[in-house]
Amino acid sequence: MSSDNNSPVIEVRHLIKNFGKVEVLKDIDFKTYPGDVICVIGSSGSGKSTLLRCINMLEVPTGGQILFNGSNIMDKHTKVTEYRSKVGMVFQQFNLFNNMTVLQNCLTGQMKVLKRTKEQAEAKAMKYLAQVGMDPYINAKPHQISGGQKQRVAIARALAMEPDVLLFDEPTSALDPEMVGEVLEVMRELVRGGLTMIIVTHEMAFARDVSTRVVFMDKGVIAEEDTPEVIFNNPQNPRTKEFLARFMQDKD
Amino acid sequence: MTIPILLAATERSFWEWVVFLVQHNGMDFVKGAGITLLMAAVGTLIGCIIGFLVGIVQTIPIEQHDNLVKKTVLKIVRALMTAYIEIFRGTPMIVQAMVIYYGSLYVFGIDMTPMTAGFVIVSINTGAYMAESVRGGIDSIDIGQTEAAKAIGMTHFQTMLSVILPQALRNILPQIGNNLIINIKDTAVLNVIGLNELFFATKSLVGAYYQPFPGYIIACVVYFIMTFTCSRILRWYERKIDGPDSYTLAGTDHKGAPVKKRPAGMTMQLMNGTYHKQRSAMR
Repeated sequence: MSSDNNSPVIEVRHLIKNFGKVEVLKDIDFKTYPGDVICVIGSSGSGKSTLLRCINMLEVPTGGQILFNGSNIMDKHTKVTEYRSKVGMVFQQFNLFNNMTVLQNCLTGQMKVLKRTKEQAEAKAMKYLAQVGMDPYINAKPHQISGGQKQRVAIARALAMEPDVLLFDEPTSALDPEMVGEVLEVMRELVRGGLTMIIVTHEMAFARDVSTRVVFMDKGVIAEEDTPEVIFNNPQNPRTKEFLARFMQDKD
Repeated sequence: MTIPILLAATERSFWEWVVFLVQHNGMDFVKGAGITLLMAAVGTLIGCIIGFLVGIVQTIPIEQHDNLVKKTVLKIVRALMTAYIEIFRGTPMIVQAMVIYYGSLYVFGIDMTPMTAGFVIVSINTGAYMAESVRGGIDSIDIGQTEAAKAIGMTHFQTMLSVILPQALRNILPQIGNNLIINIKDTAVLNVIGLNELFFATKSLVGAYYQPFPGYIIACVVYFIMTFTCSRILRWYERKIDGPDSYTLAGTDHKGAPVKKRPAGMTMQLMNGTYHKQRSAMR
């Protein structure tokens, strides 16, 4: 469990997001402490991805607050770009920059946003590319490598910024089963390294194994939030039970 | 141009006329072609710059939380740009040439040379077409590219400059090529304002010798050589910026056998050689 003497890195308070008249997120509250690995699960359309995208301000919340190390990032004076450079994001569709090689993908943010020199940036990029096992592929363009490899590069790109928190938006959902394993293995290694992560995922076994806490979302609210032991072995909310029962059936 | 006095003009055959014109007035064709090429190249280049500026402004996102001043200014500028695009795409270049060449003197008292007027006309005409191509090129880039750039903290400007525009530029290169080739041919209409380009030069020679067919055939061939060469150069350039089909694995000697895809799992294996992958298979 996360240590209680720390203050949260990210705290979401009464978050609301509407798309037109549709309420996608209804009064969401949750906290992420340093070292937390929070897996957000739930059926499609429950608002998981929207929550993650709101945290990174890719969607502008309709109401509520998002606090990063205690300061409200929705405040007008907050520089969103600076905040985003401290909160990395890994996408379902990888979104590697198609006009750049693997190495350039990991350099551009460091040099343009963090103003690191080319030498510094290259050293960091190589370190994290090696960590995800993609260092031999630095000269490849995104269209020349497989989906799993792309996702590993995308993770290295996010890590190279050395963020305080890393957000994962269904990082394995666009991969075939064989490639899911290689990406999850990289993520397990990040967990072992103590990185703070919020992971939206459908990989229940992974969520059960690595999470410090699991958030179950249903129809735009957090229906249940607890340790993986409780969520997977003894869920309290009937919707959680129903969702996980369906998942267990699918697995059999 | 030099026009020698002709005695037995009518006795030459078609081919003899072609040879005669090339020998005696070859430089007139070359000079005309030079002006045509210069006009087309400069016009396309400036047109592209105009097109990119307009296209970029047209695709700046207006967001809810933007202040009223920014919203209003953007809307007015966009309306003006839309008017520019519609007017210059919607009227013939030959008429625009007349209006701008004579109008600039009549309304503003600016006495432009045919050359200056030509640059202005071709540039703004091309700009109107390019603006739409650029807008399409930017719109065609997956939104995920923008989101990924934003997610690492890039500003809108940085995102456009280092991620979106390079990809948009690649996608609209064929359009730029099209415009260059169209401009090489369409600058012929500038003869109406007395610009001494290839068509005007040919027309003058034809008038002097009363030999339209051989004269215009030569012009045809020269136009074709110019357009064909340009289209080949552009193709070569497209392939060049696409980069090689294969890539080399870092830290290898480039001599090993092609390597198979690395197996799943995190144990790094030593690999040698070049990793080939057909681009066609990937797309």
